[in-house]
Amino acid sequence: MQVLYGRHHVRVFRFGLRLVRDEQLAEDLISEVFLDVWRQAGKFEGLSAVSTWLLAITRFKALSALRRRKDAELDEESVGSIEDTSDDPEVTVQKKDTGSALRRCLNKLSAEHREIVDLVYYHEKSVEEVAGIVGIPENTVKTRLFYARKKLAELLKESGIERGWP
Amino acid sequence: MMAASRKIMEQEPSDIELLLPWHAAGTLSARDSRKVDEALARNPELARHYAVIREEYAETIDLNESLGAPSARAMQKLFAAIDAEPARRARSYGSLASRFAGFFAGLSPRTLAWSASLGAFALVLQAGLVGMLLMSRGPASFETASFSNNASVTRDLGAAASPHALVRFAPDARLGDIAALLDKYQASIAEGPKEGMFGLRFANTATSRDEFSGLLSRLQREKIVSLAVATP
Repeated sequence: MQVLYGRHHVRVFRFGLRLVRDEQLAEDLISEVFLDVWRQAGKFEGLSAVSTWLLAITRFKALSALRRRKDAELDEESVGSIEDTSDDPEVTVQKKDTGSALRRCLNKLSAEHREIVDLVYYHEKSVEEVAGIVGIPENTVKTRLFYARKKLAELLKESGIERGWP
Repeated sequence: MMAASRKIMEQEPSDIELLLPWHAAGTLSARDSRKVDEALARNPELARHYAVIREEYAETIDLNESLGAPSARAMQKLFAAIDAEPARRARSYGSLASRFAGFFAGLSPRTLAWSASLGAFALVLQAGLVGMLLMSRGPASFETASFSNNASVTRDLGAAASPHALVRFAPDARLGDIAALLDKYQASIAEGPKEGMFGLRFANTATSRDEFSGLLSRLQREKIVSLAVATP
């Protein structure tokens, strides 16, 4: 378990943190995820990568945690569509830098869009693996990422950055 | 060019266009990857779109890497929870062992290689903890079952005083690097972490003060070591 934890806990933490946006909660998630793994090791049949299995459990736990949060009181669907439109004090400076603006706009995507962008780009999951983690058909995975990227381009455009796409 | 891009967006995206992000991440099958490569070679507009995706890919990685790592609290909480389940573990030890055998069979060779080095580190750490336990009990002694007098039949097994230092590792030090460093210096972790410092015990007990001072200097120059000081 220590080996497994050492290998995967940082990525599990980052994936959870991007979903729940609360470090304390994301740390609690890690414990819950790996405890579930400890309890359910027999259910792992080696049909997918261990990391894919862990991310699927993390996603489920994160959504459950968000639903439990009293202050949120949102169902999964509305959590998925929520967007963070707040600016931070560094925005003015960052707007001049495409890389910073991109990162800022990535944070502004809805949870549903953030999730798919992270799974494909950061966690390097294939179409099939993302479909397994999120629980949607493979074609939906492709179109969801396409529209996530389109939304990202719109947010960048609002920040005054044109990238030639779309 | 911008107008042409907009025209593409207004249409349904092509299959190839939808696959571009996975091509950038290197997670497409060889067949799909070849199809995308061919399309990129003959379609400059698609190639420009791909450049935009590469930028998104790089920034997404940067963003995630900037999130840092969880504190030790998460690990402590996890292992406390596992320790709280002794009955279940004891009852199903056999099946659990076989389940984990299957579980680790699912790991990739790269993961297994990494795990092996981590396992080696765990062994070193365990050895250090056992050493610390022995030291905390004072000089160990051996007694026969029939004669508990602590006089002549006991044999002192206490370790000769070995060089000892406190070390703080760099925040980005990896377990594999630490294990390699311990191996290089023939050291083991005897205690810690306490306020971020680990107590290291060195195997060579015959080291003179000057030699030990030189060893500490070399240790301090290691990339993964932030601080190394001798302890009395």
